[in-house]
Amino acid sequence: MFRIVNKKELNSAVTLLEIEAPFVAKKAKAGQFIIFRVDEFSERVPLTIADYDREKGTVTIIFQKVGLSTKLLAAKEVGDSIRDFVGPLGVATEYDGFKKVAVVGGGVGCAIAYPQAKALHELGVEVDVIAGFRNKEIVILEDEMSAVSDNYYLMTDDGTKGEKGFVTDKLKSLIEAGNQYDAVIAIGPIPMMKFVSLTTKPYGIKTIVSLNPIMIDGTGMCGGCRVTVGGEIKFACVDGPDFDGHQVDFDELMNRNSVYKKEEADLAEKHICRMDKMAHDLIH
Amino acid sequence: MANMSLEKIKMPEQAPDVRNKNFEEVAMGYTAEMAMEEATRCLNCKHKPCVSGCPVNVRIPEFIAEVAKGDFMAAYKIITSTNALPAVCGRVCPQESQCESKCVRAIKGEAVAIGRLERFVADWYMANCDEMPEKPAQNGKKVAVIGSGPSSLACAGDLAKAGYAVTIFEAFHTAGGVLVYGIPEFRLPKAIVQKEIDKLSAMGVEVMTNMVIGKVLSIDEIIDDMGYDAVFIGTGAGLPSFMGIPGEALVGVYSANEYLTRINLMKAYISDYDTPIRHSKAVAVVGGGNVAMDAARCAKRMGAEKVYIVYRRSEKEMPARLEEIHHAKEEGIEFHLLRNPVKILDDGNGQVCGIECLKMELGEPDASGRRRPVPVEGSNYVIDVDTVVMSIGTSPNPLIRSTTKGLETNRKGCLVVNEETNQTTREGVYAGGDAVTGAATVILAMGAGKKAAAAIDEYLKNK
Ligand SMILES: Cc1cc2nc3c(=O)[nH]c(=O)nc-3n(C[C@H](O)[C@H](O)[C@H](O)COP(=O)(O)OP(=O)(O)OC[C@H]3O[C@@H](n4cnc5c(N)ncnc54)[C@H](O)[C@@H]3O)c2cc1C
Ligand SMILES: Cc1cc2nc3c(=O)[nH]c(=O)nc-3n(C[C@H](O)[C@H](O)[C@H](O)COP(=O)(O)OP(=O)(O)OC[C@H]3O[C@@H](n4cnc5c(N)ncnc54)[C@H](O)[C@@H]3O)c2cc1C
Ligand code: SF4
Ligand code: SF4
Ligand code: FES
Repeated sequence: MFRIVNKKELNSAVTLLEIEAPFVAKKAKAGQFIIFRVDEFSERVPLTIADYDREKGTVTIIFQKVGLSTKLLAAKEVGDSIRDFVGPLGVATEYDGFKKVAVVGGGVGCAIAYPQAKALHELGVEVDVIAGFRNKEIVILEDEMSAVSDNYYLMTDDGTKGEKGFVTDKLKSLIEAGNQYDAVIAIGPIPMMKFVSLTTKPYGIKTIVSLNPIMIDGTGMCGGCRVTVGGEIKFACVDGPDFDGHQVDFDELMNRNSVYKKEEADLAEKHICRMDKMAHDLIH
Repeated sequence: MANMSLEKIKMPEQAPDVRNKNFEEVAMGYTAEMAMEEATRCLNCKHKPCVSGCPVNVRIPEFIAEVAKGDFMAAYKIITSTNALPAVCGRVCPQESQCESKCVRAIKGEAVAIGRLERFVADWYMANCDEMPEKPAQNGKKVAVIGSGPSSLACAGDLAKAGYAVTIFEAFHTAGGVLVYGIPEFRLPKAIVQKEIDKLSAMGVEVMTNMVIGKVLSIDEIIDDMGYDAVFIGTGAGLPSFMGIPGEALVGVYSANEYLTRINLMKAYISDYDTPIRHSKAVAVVGGGNVAMDAARCAKRMGAEKVYIVYRRSEKEMPARLEEIHHAKEEGIEFHLLRNPVKILDDGNGQVCGIECLKMELGEPDASGRRRPVPVEGSNYVIDVDTVVMSIGTSPNPLIRSTTKGLETNRKGCLVVNEETNQTTREGVYAGGDAVTGAATVILAMGAGKKAAAAIDEYLKNK
């Protein structure tokens, strides 16, 4: 069992949990992820390691409540435990030889981008962060991202905070203004990563994206996480999750991630029962 | 006078059209009377040909003689002197190509039902002598066992009995390897596997799940930092292959590993579990081994109306156990033999709507001695399906070899070991099971685990 030692609601949909997992904390690196299971009946769900504290033996995750598993997880409180927490999985991101990097985060993708920006910053790399959100209500990690970047650009679709516009608009103007990026790291919804990759392609800037296919084991045994990169099948859990954005077949990934749309929707009903039961168990 | 009936005593089974809608065990096991009667078919041959057909040399005529007398406890002791997992092997061994293939009774009629008798004895023991073993006196040395499939369970068991402090490190959230994630409940009830793991725990074996070795800890750290005196690697051959044909990325294409894991380990067939799975109407399973039969029979039980096996050779070449092929047919699985998929078809929305196959003919025997299938040009046809399960083989996962210095592997990625001791190319590091042989059988994995345990004991005694 893995105990929750800290909890923060970053916005109405995004939660931060710090969880005791000493073995994982000891090995974790930026770009890697964990797979959790709330209880015996739960799915195995991947989440990026947002931060870790090797001394305390804790790992921080930041996640959006999108379906049953993430809602069950968000319903846990400090002192509660979850059944399974396995990691660190995936290949840590390589930053060899980068002098200046643009980190582009979209929505909850900022949680995944944050540890990367932080790692780069700590290596002395010049970091520009472009963070995009739909509106000001859902902005997360503003202070944290600012603290680990040389320039922090906040974008909202509706202009309620920061600048109005998409992250790709900002990225393009920064490149046009003469910023020489050795790499762009883009993490967020699949369409955003696709369009960032399209934006950087004409300039030939190396673009790293972090893919989020559906996963089970996270060790390369199910092939459920397979993605096509440069025409080859790759297993995102062991070959990634980071890949060259100019090589990724984003449309295929988007299609594959829709596989359980109907099943997940059917779970919504069951979800209400599970949540009720959990609340009941807590009271008794 | 021996019982000269040409046929085995029949195994009570659930009726095909009942069982293909539930996950309860298909074969229900002999009663004591049935077992004792079947046991009288054994001729107690002096030269014991059956024993040489068993990879771990179970003393077959001896245990069967005890069964005939009704001394099931004595029979159990004889079996477990060489086989750590009789309840499992009695159910899943390919007896027709192992022990039973050598039985003299098979020259005319059916072999003695060695597997069924073994299963009976193991089940009898579990039902009647439910004693947990005690923790043996400790010798102060520690051994790490990576993975928790049959090779690891057997290795850990023997080492624990010899007084070693054993820790099992398993990547998944539940221990048992293929026995829990692959082989379905209706062939091997998970309670049997759990019992074996509980026995290990009672002997003091620590089982740590959620530990992906190579990621969270390396073998070097296990030895150097954590002070383990030896390591056994039993990580299996879990990396699935795909065919590389168009359409394999469509929604509705699974590897057998994913499909079976969702259903067996993550219990997609029980509504209390959150595991999503595709609700298929028609499923094509590509392959002809046990894994393919299991996937097909699971698909049927999950409610698919049509389930097809697509296999590129003929039934004679199918590697699956005879009983599974027979059961699959009874349950309504349709076989498309000598057929090879060339393409998976897209319904226009990125979902599977069919599989295009090519007919094959058997040509000259190939290196494996099996006649090589050759395509018949222009014989393409389409089977309408909404789900395809690829079950064309697996190989060892590279995670351990790529993170451990000095571990040699062969061309196929299998760990190289000394055949006598199962030691890898690194001192103190042993390996066995599918990680060494590539996908094989439970009994071979178990045998390798026992052999390695003996070698580890020898090594550590002298160290
Ligand atoms: C390597 C990796 C790292 C990730 N890191 C984070 C993170 O740090 N924070 C975070 O909030 N999310 C992250 N995700 C995404 C997260 O795993 C999914 O949101 C999760 O599956 C939701 O589970 P659920 O049961 O709550 O929702 P579900 O009920 O499973 O799904 C709800 C909706 O999301 C879709 N969906 C299901 N699985 C995924 C998936 N893997 N990716 C995208 N959509 C999916 C479903 O089709 C459905 O429409 C990561 C994914 C991967 C593969
Ligand atoms: C669906 C299916 C049906 C089968 N049917 C039969 C049958 O009827 N009869 C028969 O004899 N054989 C059958 N087999 C084959 C048999 O199950 C295997 O040969 C046997 O289980 C191999 O045992 P093992 O101990 O080598 O490894 P496995 O049983 O494969 O177990 C390996 C374990 O190691 C874990 N692991 C892997 N990597 C790591 C790591 N890095 N760190 C920690 N843990 C790790 C895995 O999660 C797994 O639990 C079947 C196989 C399958 C898949
Ligand atoms: S272990 Fe398998 S091969 Fe050996 S006797 Fe038992 S059933 Fe036959
Ligand atoms: S070969 Fe057959 S009949 Fe002879 S001892 Fe073995 S099981 Fe009995
Ligand atoms: S999640 Fe199973 S292979 Fe990647």
